[in-house]
Amino acid sequence: MAVIASGAEAVITLKGNIVTKARIRKRYRLLEIDEAIRRERTRTEARLISEARRCGVPTPIIRDVADFEIKMEYIDGTALKKVITPYLCELAGELAGRLHSCGIVHGDLTTSNILLKDGKLFLIDFGLAYLDKTLEARGVDVHVLFQTFESTHENHEELIEAFKKGYARTFGDAGDVLERVKEIESRGRYA
Amino acid sequence: MSLLYVKITEKPLALKICDTYFRNYCHGVRENHMSKILGLEGTAWNLSAAIVDENEVIAETTATYKPATGGIHPREAAQHHANNVSDVVMKTLEKGGRNVNAVAFSQGPGLGPCLRTVATAARALALTLDVPLIGVNHCIAHVEVGIWRTAARDPVTLYVSGANSQVLAYRKGRYRVFGETLDIGIGNALDKFGRFAGLAHPGGPKVEELAKKAARYIPLPYTVKGMDFSFSGLTTAAQESLKKNDLPDVCHSFQETAFAMLVEVTERAVAHTEKKEVLLAGGVGANTRLQEMLRIMCEDRGIRFYVPEKRFMGDNGAMIAYLGLLMYRAGYRTALSDSRVNPNYRPDDAEVVWR
Repeated sequence: MAVIASGAEAVITLKGNIVTKARIRKRYRLLEIDEAIRRERTRTEARLISEARRCGVPTPIIRDVADFEIKMEYIDGTALKKVITPYLCELAGELAGRLHSCGIVHGDLTTSNILLKDGKLFLIDFGLAYLDKTLEARGVDVHVLFQTFESTHENHEELIEAFKKGYARTFGDAGDVLERVKEIESRGRYA
Repeated sequence: MSLLYVKITEKPLALKICDTYFRNYCHGVRENHMSKILGLEGTAWNLSAAIVDENEVIAETTATYKPATGGIHPREAAQHHANNVSDVVMKTLEKGGRNVNAVAFSQGPGLGPCLRTVATAARALALTLDVPLIGVNHCIAHVEVGIWRTAARDPVTLYVSGANSQVLAYRKGRYRVFGETLDIGIGNALDKFGRFAGLAHPGGPKVEELAKKAARYIPLPYTVKGMDFSFSGLTTAAQESLKKNDLPDVCHSFQETAFAMLVEVTERAVAHTEKKEVLLAGGVGANTRLQEMLRIMCEDRGIRFYVPEKRFMGDNGAMIAYLGLLMYRAGYRTALSDSRVNPNYRPDDAEVVWR
């Protein structure tokens, strides 16, 4: 068994073509908060990964779920962060559109959590995903992705425009959500 | 290559060569050419002037607005600054000397009336002393003063104050905001809850003290959305929770929940940027429990954690002077016509010309 990633939240190990995502204990937070968060996120994640795939968003197939860990299919792809182009952002937009049409908000939509494999994009890490159909939740989802475009990629304007095109293609309320994204960005945070 | 054979005898020439070719390696040459900058801070309740050079804070004078009741009233705070600014500046000049190279001031973010008052004073002062004016970003000043006063070099910074809660890191010419509050700052959340519980402003330190007497944890909403966090729901829930629970238990639960959110996002930013240092900045950074949680997170990741002295954490004139100094040395000047304040000045709007 090999550790393939050790993120901020979980350790991901690979054995054969099965990935195990185990949420690790964080010593900095109270055990009660820690276990509640890990249990809740594990359960929700497994449920929403399956649900997303039923809505036409490619995700890993779930094999098993325990208290703090999920076993699932391994997607042998490359992070969007490393291969980003306007075209791929348009595909990412289509993906996000299908996800939001389905009532799911990813919660951590970043260019590290979208993988490219055989010309097809897969969405992974539903660790912070939840069901929500409000403009605010969907807007924050898109806003978070735009922030990763801005913080890690120079030509972010172009990427954002491409994403919007794809997003509008698969999601009827795209216009309203993108309006809300503007508002979220401009919201006076020095309140 | 021929440069190596130039005999450097004349100081100004040496300095010029240094600036052009060896920017960061000129300290020996620069010793006789130290810059001295006066900085003026007054974005919220603390009015502070300071003079710094490359090595130290030469003088600092502070006057703090204290609301009679409730929280900060922007107009009253601005009135306080207007009444005190000449005194604060005069005392600083008396101690630090009038021979400053520039006047730096907080151009934003902050409370509009306070920013305008302090900017007016800064403009008048720069004209009187006949030196350039430098408008600085308040959030970045918190980060840079932390880097100056600790061994941190290129950290992920958690900046937590009354109105701001941000996770910042430098990347390609800007301080990028990796995560931030979607509504109110953590300090405001603590103060608001404190006022509701009958504690005097500022509530944060009192909440911290009470939390130490807690017997148990009461579950409160934990809201992290991607890289962002939100505190207004938590504040309301904590206030509701007071109806049925003891104050120390709610204080403890509020802190544990809110700080876990901040530390989680800081850790995510560390993982994303792959940086090896975390810096804590801002007034709420004085909270020892928050420091402890960040320290544990950093230990577990095998990275370094830095906290500056307390005087450099809350709003202070020295941080404005120091960022002004960095910008001055990089040749940055703010024309009078560009010196208008910006209450929503984001750190990622400022071009980092000094790194």
